[in-house]
Amino acid sequence: MNGLALAIRQIGYENRAFWRNPAAAFFTFAFPLLFMVIFNVLFGGGSADAPPGQRAADFFTPGIIAFSVITATYTNIAMMVTIARDAGILKRVRGTPLPPWAYLAGRIGHSALLALLLTVIVAAFGAVFYGVAVPWDQLLLLVLVLVVGAAAFCALGLALTGFIPNADASPAIVNASILPLLFVSNVFIQMQDAPAWIDTLSKVFPVRHFADALMSIYSPGIAGGAFRWEDLGILAAWGIGGLLVALRTFSWEPRR
Amino acid sequence: MTAEPVTAAEALRAAAGPGQAAIEIRGLRKTYGQIEAVRGLDLTVRRGEVFALLGPNGAGKTTTVEILEGHRDRDAGEISVLGHDPARHARQLREQIGIVLQSTGVEEYLTVREEVALYAGYYPHPRDVAETIELVGLTEQRDRRVQKLSGGQRRRLDLAVALAGDPELLFLDEPTTGFDPSARRHAWDTVRGLAKLGKTIFLTTHFMDEAQALADRVAVMADGRIVAEGTPDTIGARGERHSVIRFHLPEGVALPAGMPPQRRGADGAMELATEDPTRVLNALTSWALDAETPLDRLEVVRPSLEDVYLELTGGNRSDQDAA
Repeated sequence: MNGLALAIRQIGYENRAFWRNPAAAFFTFAFPLLFMVIFNVLFGGGSADAPPGQRAADFFTPGIIAFSVITATYTNIAMMVTIARDAGILKRVRGTPLPPWAYLAGRIGHSALLALLLTVIVAAFGAVFYGVAVPWDQLLLLVLVLVVGAAAFCALGLALTGFIPNADASPAIVNASILPLLFVSNVFIQMQDAPAWIDTLSKVFPVRHFADALMSIYSPGIAGGAFRWEDLGILAAWGIGGLLVALRTFSWEPRR
Repeated sequence: MTAEPVTAAEALRAAAGPGQAAIEIRGLRKTYGQIEAVRGLDLTVRRGEVFALLGPNGAGKTTTVEILEGHRDRDAGEISVLGHDPARHARQLREQIGIVLQSTGVEEYLTVREEVALYAGYYPHPRDVAETIELVGLTEQRDRRVQKLSGGQRRRLDLAVALAGDPELLFLDEPTTGFDPSARRHAWDTVRGLAKLGKTIFLTTHFMDEAQALADRVAVMADGRIVAEGTPDTIGARGERHSVIRFHLPEGVALPAGMPPQRRGADGAMELATEDPTRVLNALTSWALDAETPLDRLEVVRPSLEDVYLELTGGNRSDQDAA
């Protein structure tokens, strides 16, 4: 089998193993929807009279899509790869003829599938329960942003594994690196009333640009207006940076 | 003790042919910072033999094995593993070898059969999955998930995964550590079965009885070098060493004159070292019968592989127990 066929086969096995852990699978999908409902209940009170495109749900639908993609790629990869590394699975795989990239491609491919599935579910949920229209007229651009975002956060997740000493520390480090950003990047909370310095600071990091790009396609009436290519550029730059770091620091052996 | 480059290259070329050496190492060196882990190692493992590499922790065993497997780069030396240089042809090499490391995990949510099939798919000419599972004795558990296996069954799955690609050469790192006695016997039988199939087996172990039971040849490594090499029965001139006659004497009884040099063993036993146990034993028992003195727990002991090993490696027992 060539490398590509092996990578696709690898995705199949990852997928099978994923669904065999129903509790983990359930929360992967329930979490974003739960957040969406909670945020709409908490912050949506006064928005019922607002015109379409400016309601709370118009903000939270693309925000939760951003959150879902980041969870499925960055968080998922950083945690699963560290666990596999410490369990010695990576070292074992390295002792077989499977090309290393094909193994990682399997992990990344599975993450991408999860991200896609979550995006569809969240978009459908927003459309059905909150009347947030899917931007079909800009579908290509939306897909492009999702692909660049997913790729960038996969690379950053791989890069992070180099800084995680062991599997036990993995959840703490992954959450510490991403949760604060989710709160200051137009994902969970709108940034228009935030202090200027924190607004500026959040624009250094990739989460903000991913969320803003999605927002501009989904609900241009909220938080920032039209789509800017620079958002996509900065996101891509973070992804390339992540890849370069991952290439230098990635380890196939347990760190104990 | 670095080999001349020319002779090393010649040795490698000679080893590349079929029916020749499975592993050929000349002048291998590896340094980590200030520490010289391997310093000029020469070793040959023939095709089809079970070879055991012994040595205390820190002797350089793991480093050596990981270089052979292509996990680590070397600083100097010539290596041929099944005709490949592990540093340059890692993928071709890995198609022909199987590796069982200590404590390596597998995907918890797959079944035994799925796991073996997953790994079998990485190789160009894999062994039949059911046959591999049968070989390690997991047929009854084939549809059970890995998370539900016992510790011993997991170790057997480790072996099954390493055998999935039908390797010519199998690396076993401490294969029976943590096994109960019957699981060990079973693992040994499996290894012997593989040896019968003509596979070459490279074993590292701390257990001398394991080396004695399985290996055609053993080498003892200490301080980054091979300090002795041979069959389990002859290594370290074991075959020529003195036998020891051990027994307990009642309090206050002394041996007659003309006996070989005596010493007290750790448990208070009298120990006589001799090259001629037949004659000494005869003299001893005749005297004991005449004097009506019982020779409690009388035995004749040949030096064990462990005795030879401890002598060769400086006898630091705590070192090897730390494993």
